[in-house]
Amino acid sequence: MKIGVFVCHCGTNIEGTVDTAAVAEAAREFPGVVFATDTMYACSEPGQDGIIEAIKEHKLDGVVVASCTPRMHEPTFRKTLERAGLNRYLFEMANIREHVSWIGKDREANTNKSVDLVRMAAAKLINNKPLNAKFFDMNKKVMIVGGGVAGIQAALDCADGGLDVILVEKTSSIGGKMAKLDKTFPTVDCSSCVLGPRMVDVAQHPNITLHAYSEIEEVNGYVGNFEVKIKKKASYVNWDLCTGCGICMEKCPSKKADNPFDEYLGKAPAINIPFPQAIPKKAVIDPDFCIKIKRDKCGVCAKVCPSEAIDYTQQDEFITEEVGAVVAATGYDLFDWTVYGEYGGGQYPDVITSMQYERMLSASGPSEGHVKRPSDGKEPKNVVFIQCVGSRDKSVDRPYCSGFCCMYTAKQSILTKDHIPDSQSYVFYMDIRAPGKMYDEFTRRAMEEYGAKYIRGRVSMIYPKGDKLIVRGADTLMGDQVEVDADLVVLAVGVEAANGATDLAKKLRISYDNYGFFMEGHPKLKPVETNTAGVFLAGACQGPKDIPASVAQGSAAAAKVLAMFSKDQLESDPAISVVDIKRCIGCGKCISTCPFGAIKEVDFRGMVKAEVIETICQGCGICTSTCPQGAIQLQHFTDNQILAEVNAVCRF
Amino acid sequence: MSDSLTYAYYPGCSGTGTSMEYDMSTRAVCEKLGIRLTDIPDWSCCGSTPAHTVDHSLSSALSARNLQLVEKMDLDTAVTPCPSCLTNLKSAEHRMKKDEMREKVNKLLDNPYNGGVSTKSVLQILVEDLGLKALKESTIKPLKGLKVAAYYGCIMNRPPEVMNFDDPEHPMAMDNILKAMGATVLPYPLKVECCGASFGIPRKDVVMRLSGKLLDVADDIGVDALVTACPLCQMNLDLRQTQINSATGAKHNIPIFYYTQLMGIALGMNEKEMGMDKLCVSPRKVLDAIGKEEKK
Ligand SMILES: Cc1cc2nc3c(=O)[nH]c(=O)nc-3n(C[C@H](O)[C@H](O)[C@H](O)COP(=O)(O)OP(=O)(O)OC[C@H]3O[C@@H](n4cnc5c(N)ncnc54)[C@H](O)[C@@H]3O)c2cc1C
Ligand code: SF4
Ligand code: SF4
Repeated sequence: MKIGVFVCHCGTNIEGTVDTAAVAEAAREFPGVVFATDTMYACSEPGQDGIIEAIKEHKLDGVVVASCTPRMHEPTFRKTLERAGLNRYLFEMANIREHVSWIGKDREANTNKSVDLVRMAAAKLINNKPLNAKFFDMNKKVMIVGGGVAGIQAALDCADGGLDVILVEKTSSIGGKMAKLDKTFPTVDCSSCVLGPRMVDVAQHPNITLHAYSEIEEVNGYVGNFEVKIKKKASYVNWDLCTGCGICMEKCPSKKADNPFDEYLGKAPAINIPFPQAIPKKAVIDPDFCIKIKRDKCGVCAKVCPSEAIDYTQQDEFITEEVGAVVAATGYDLFDWTVYGEYGGGQYPDVITSMQYERMLSASGPSEGHVKRPSDGKEPKNVVFIQCVGSRDKSVDRPYCSGFCCMYTAKQSILTKDHIPDSQSYVFYMDIRAPGKMYDEFTRRAMEEYGAKYIRGRVSMIYPKGDKLIVRGADTLMGDQVEVDADLVVLAVGVEAANGATDLAKKLRISYDNYGFFMEGHPKLKPVETNTAGVFLAGACQGPKDIPASVAQGSAAAAKVLAMFSKDQLESDPAISVVDIKRCIGCGKCISTCPFGAIKEVDFRGMVKAEVIETICQGCGICTSTCPQGAIQLQHFTDNQILAEVNAVCRF
Repeated sequence: MSDSLTYAYYPGCSGTGTSMEYDMSTRAVCEKLGIRLTDIPDWSCCGSTPAHTVDHSLSSALSARNLQLVEKMDLDTAVTPCPSCLTNLKSAEHRMKKDEMREKVNKLLDNPYNGGVSTKSVLQILVEDLGLKALKESTIKPLKGLKVAAYYGCIMNRPPEVMNFDDPEHPMAMDNILKAMGATVLPYPLKVECCGASFGIPRKDVVMRLSGKLLDVADDIGVDALVTACPLCQMNLDLRQTQINSATGAKHNIPIFYYTQLMGIALGMNEKEMGMDKLCVSPRKVLDAIGKEEKK
């Protein structure tokens, strides 16, 4: 094999601490190497052209590039080889930036280590074989999990692009958190006026199938061919018949059910449609509060329902959908602030959360848009907002910023003045984070036009005194303690990954961070992809995000799905495991270790053997190190290739 | 009771003087409950507030000396009723986990301290080692009809990584003890607020304001008495109550008990043994009301 070696300067990134010319010089002596040079930017157009020229001129069979991480440019250089007529697997990369120049300053040691890494790459390359991708068919349907604003946007964009869309939402209506909001920053336009029509579009779009009150039970298959089992939870109402007229809600005698849509302010009837604009607008019975289901009495809703839709015996139902791609858009949940003993730990009725306040401000909320103290129904005059409750606080394991609380607090202080002109808002903040378009202007408006008093400092304690709440904090700009007599305290509670997000991640085989937010494929270059091909992300499930960012990501995920489906067939990566059937003893150890379920047992002339399902194998190589026979080998990373590298580096 | 309830006892300086009734009632209650307290022979002052503001190694040495004496007694746990002593003993322990500090401190001592002793408050062993169930069962004269609030002060549970006991923002140990012994315990929102501590001497106005607030809120929620676990808190609220009244124009008349005093009453011991006569705000009316059915 005739090998060419290209040692990249990466500007001063590598050249600063590695003598690249010396590395190229040394490489000329390695077995198989017929050409070696250093180059300014191997990835640039002239850099790539230089590689192609050298391949032609020196009739090279394989190429080593010593440069940055393969995560960044392996695909780039593989394409370069293909343009020069070589198979893309006759390429090796030595990472002399992340593994060398960025971590050490000793030029001589760095140069020596780079030489070793190039030596290993060349030794491996001699053992490389051309590999060719296979093509397979895909199912051009997409499933969106989570019907918040991000999921809705992704669903509509995909559907408008001509795809069949299946939207799965765990609650009985789509809309997510945005449906609960009163007005939205920075325009202060009515949330449901923006979102409502989009929700109706989902209901009316011929390409969208909506499974509300449903959850993902199981995900099988691989990119292009997923098989998803969905649980349609028992609603005790036949949704084909229910017209959403709401008579049942009015007549239901049990009006003590929990009311998650109104953030548990007030109670709901046992049979309930969460809000007037719900999509689908269908009733659901809460079995914990239904007198008929619990005690076999009542049955009023069945009697009054004009469509005879009530079915007390309904069971969960399971269906399976086949799709080629999945978009996770499960959003977020809010931090349970009752761990803050200093804020009363949930014991003071007039200390409420930002989302509760949002419901209170909403005309369709539990108080019909009137701001009232939960304790006595009085209109508050002094309203204190406390930011960063469960954000940027290591002591409750939430060190990250929740992103949109600064903005919604400013919005809520503005709305407070609108609702109660003689009120005074106080905002305790750590610093104001308002980087979006028109955002800083918005928070200033809250202070300057609406007179909200902003106090920089944390609140150390809230305690009741008479019918007031005393809020004590530090004013770190004045360097003094302050106490504010509040009628109502609103806590800007932080953002957490949605309840159950990690379970879903495991089913989808995608990664999540320490806090349960889904991980993007690359923080800069693959913001809506995941590590699992065919699974994409949108919205706050990836990290705290406001509505504009969630919508943008919903569209981005849709674009990725449409791009993927624009091809006729998908290409499979040939760097996967292959079983040598003669060596395999059918012990099944590989089957039990493969984290992706990519290996199955097959019968081969009456003997048990392992077989790799090409499309599922991710090429992780766990099986190869497990197999006691060495019968299963990862293409492109065979035992021989790795041993050649080891020999090259341990040659003394 | 089992043998494990044996501890080295560190009364602290205030226990022998200003908070004698705390010390008396602690000893009596523990004896009654089968908890054996053996005084640390030749114990010395922990340095109280001044020492650690001056020099950490010197202040740690004062506490380490006492801990070393406990080691000699062949006991592994020291207990003290006073949260301030507790903080000093525990901080010394905590600081000496670092080799450098350990060396520095041991250089100051005649006999080095090897780090074999843990320190707990009497409150902690009552809740954790003896248990609420035992307290309930030992109650002879339940504190029925008594409406109290438990006031812990700011250092009993803080900083949490050093004190390692109960919730730093919302402790419940005293609440639970008093409840187990039959009292009605009202939620007291200022239970971990500062009373002003030793500022009573240089800046009386600070204590008047802070302790005044504690009494205001106690009156607001309608307690018969406040229950404390700290000699300094008790002194600021009790001894200074008339000063606070004249400074703030309030008319408080709230007896301030040590929790051990009320425990003693519940265990059937007499008022004299509990040092009730040493309180400044007369507890007479409150004590007389214990056990009486509320008349409608
Ligand atoms: C008090 C408050 C006020 C706010 N005000 C504003 C504002 O004025 N302007 C602004 O831009 N942003 C605002 N936000 C932020 C806004 O709520 C989010 O940006 C937005 O909701 C994110 O949308 P999403 O679709 O990613 O997530 P979500 O709205 O959380 O939607 C996720 C959906 O997925 C569903 N789901 C979850 N798990 C599953 C599962 N396993 N299976 C199926 N379905 C599932 C949920 O039920 C939900 O319907 C505010 C937030 C708060 C807390
Ligand atoms: S269940 Fe019947 S009554 Fe209730 S909303 Fe549906 S159609 Fe109307
Ligand atoms: S390489 Fe990894 S994914 Fe592929 S079969 Fe082996 S264990 Fe499974």
